[in-house]
Amino acid sequence: MNNLLNSLLVMVLMLNLFSLGTSRIVTVIRIVAAQGALLGLLPLLLHQPFTLVMALTVIPTIALKGIAIPGMMIHALRDVKIKREVEPLIGLQSSVILGALATVFALLFADQLPLTAAHSGALIVPAAIATVLTGFILLTTRFKALTQVVGYLVLENGIFIFGMLLVEAMPLVVEMGVLLDLFVGIFVICIIVNQINRAFSSMDTRRMVSLKD
Amino acid sequence: MAFALIFLPILMAALAVAVPSNHLRPWLLPVTGSAHLALTLATLARPEWTTSAAWLVLDPLGKLVLLVVSLLFFFCSFYAVGYLRHREERPNRVFCACLLTFLGLLSLVTWAHHLGLMWVAIEGTTLVTAPLIYFNHTQRSIEATWKYLLVGSVGIALALLGTFFLAYASLHTGMQATLTLEGILEHAPKLSKPWLHAAFVLLLVGYGTKMGLAPMHSWKPDAYGEAPGVVGALLAGGVTSGAFLALLRTYHICLAAGEGAYVSRLLLVMGLFSMAVAGLFMVGQRDFKRMLAYSSVEHMGILALGLGIGGPALFGTLFHVVTNGLTKGVLFLSAGNIHRAYGSKNTEQVCGAMRRLPLSGTLFLVGFLAITGSPPFGPFISEFAILTGALTAGRFLIGGLFLCLLLAVFIGMGATVLKVVQGRVPAAARRTPYRDSFLTAAPIMGLALLVLLLGLYIPAPLNTLIGDAVRFLEGRP
Repeated sequence: MNNLLNSLLVMVLMLNLFSLGTSRIVTVIRIVAAQGALLGLLPLLLHQPFTLVMALTVIPTIALKGIAIPGMMIHALRDVKIKREVEPLIGLQSSVILGALATVFALLFADQLPLTAAHSGALIVPAAIATVLTGFILLTTRFKALTQVVGYLVLENGIFIFGMLLVEAMPLVVEMGVLLDLFVGIFVICIIVNQINRAFSSMDTRRMVSLKD
Repeated sequence: MAFALIFLPILMAALAVAVPSNHLRPWLLPVTGSAHLALTLATLARPEWTTSAAWLVLDPLGKLVLLVVSLLFFFCSFYAVGYLRHREERPNRVFCACLLTFLGLLSLVTWAHHLGLMWVAIEGTTLVTAPLIYFNHTQRSIEATWKYLLVGSVGIALALLGTFFLAYASLHTGMQATLTLEGILEHAPKLSKPWLHAAFVLLLVGYGTKMGLAPMHSWKPDAYGEAPGVVGALLAGGVTSGAFLALLRTYHICLAAGEGAYVSRLLLVMGLFSMAVAGLFMVGQRDFKRMLAYSSVEHMGILALGLGIGGPALFGTLFHVVTNGLTKGVLFLSAGNIHRAYGSKNTEQVCGAMRRLPLSGTLFLVGFLAITGSPPFGPFISEFAILTGALTAGRFLIGGLFLCLLLAVFIGMGATVLKVVQGRVPAAARRTPYRDSFLTAAPIMGLALLVLLLGLYIPAPLNTLIGDAVRFLEGRP
């Protein structure tokens, strides 16, 4: 089971690097959708046997992270003229290299952490840390409002991976609450992105400089 | 009782969406605020009402924050009716519904004894306050809302990671992973130390972002500057108190795990740094609403500092949650009135507020004197208690720095406030029809009276409540 789980997590890590290497915003959103859907499958691999409660987590996760949230973002992208991340703070290639370095760092770092015996073979903790770091890279080096939102989603995905270790601690109600917060959060953010686009005729967050000391 | 306090405001929010009249809808706010305050006071008086479900327990810390939030909302709700009367050109359906939902979610924060549930509620308050900050629909308010949402969401996401780390630390005890406060406290001494340390840092950064501790405060001046005064009051007195409660929960667990020294060092550094940053940015601040935001950063710093000193300073710190929350109400609401009367919040246009708005101008000055810790107001007592706590604990350097920074803030803030309230109204100042009315002035006077009362004497039930909270926090019976 660990093999299957690890190969799935490797795919998640590959998607991280892909998201750092593309400039078309639609593609980045689709990559994160794929990542979200893959993550939705994780509980199936981690926790046997399959129960009703698990179905209640898996289905909403895939529906929200894989379909609804990316759908909302693509909808928000429709009215925008420039659909590419034109000049990120650091170039696309450099971001990919940075992402790869972050992944290596995550693998080394996770080795240092005191993990329980059951979790030491799996890639869960390094994958979680690497995904969180990827989210941060996207958040800090991109300037288009929607790409920053994608960064936030990737960050959330990383936290979600770590949460897989702790299913007993997170009852269904709380799990659903977290997902609902994420969904409403992205919904509100997309409305604001739309307003930014209308008010500033651009999605470039560098134009928003009127508030400062 | 938990369900009544949480769901009453949320049901009223649904009702607010359904009410068609823009003129009548705001009255739902004071109706809910009054009912909520009555229920809160009843719950505080009856210990048997404080357990509603396994995860919904009102402990003394929760009681204290619930009291502050409920009181503040009560006064703000009347003010909001007066405010919205001046803004009848704007639809207020979303505004009212979000304010009411906000009250429900913040009540949930105070009741939650499951750290995951508490996280969900705090993140919820971020989301429902975003449309409130965006109420004016200007370019500037879009910018403020964007920063608020993005910085707040990322910060709070880190708090979720910290919460997971905490659960993992409990997994290490060989038990099932748990996130109920009781479950973690029971096994606190056995928690895995490296995970606990990492969890504390992440939770401090995460909930610190929500509180507005420096250097995670970047969203705060923008959001408080652009939001309507009543929203600023609820953010600075309500949301920050809720986020501080989350930090208190973390502190409680670390203290029970025997990690007090580690935690206290980080809190002291954050606290002093926040106070210093606030003092620095207040000097020469021309925008008096942004100045209030920095004052909030300063007071969050004081709370973190008090927690870092611990032991003898805890009483003062918890009392400061009450006095700060109520005084922030006075300041933000009166600043909102002044902003409305001048159509500007820059001290170059805003002078002589005492002449144009005698009531709001005076209350703004009173609020300033109170928040900077002048006697005879409440914050003086709480800040003095923190200082004595620092000296009793033998932290003379910390106490000295605390005093110096308070003085620096007093000078910096005083310069701006005096410019606003004193002098003549400049000839270039825009003429606006706004003058103080009963609904926009009386709630501020009510809050100011409470702040004054708390400075003259602490009512016995409140004294007992804070004493209980300190004992609860230190794990004494």
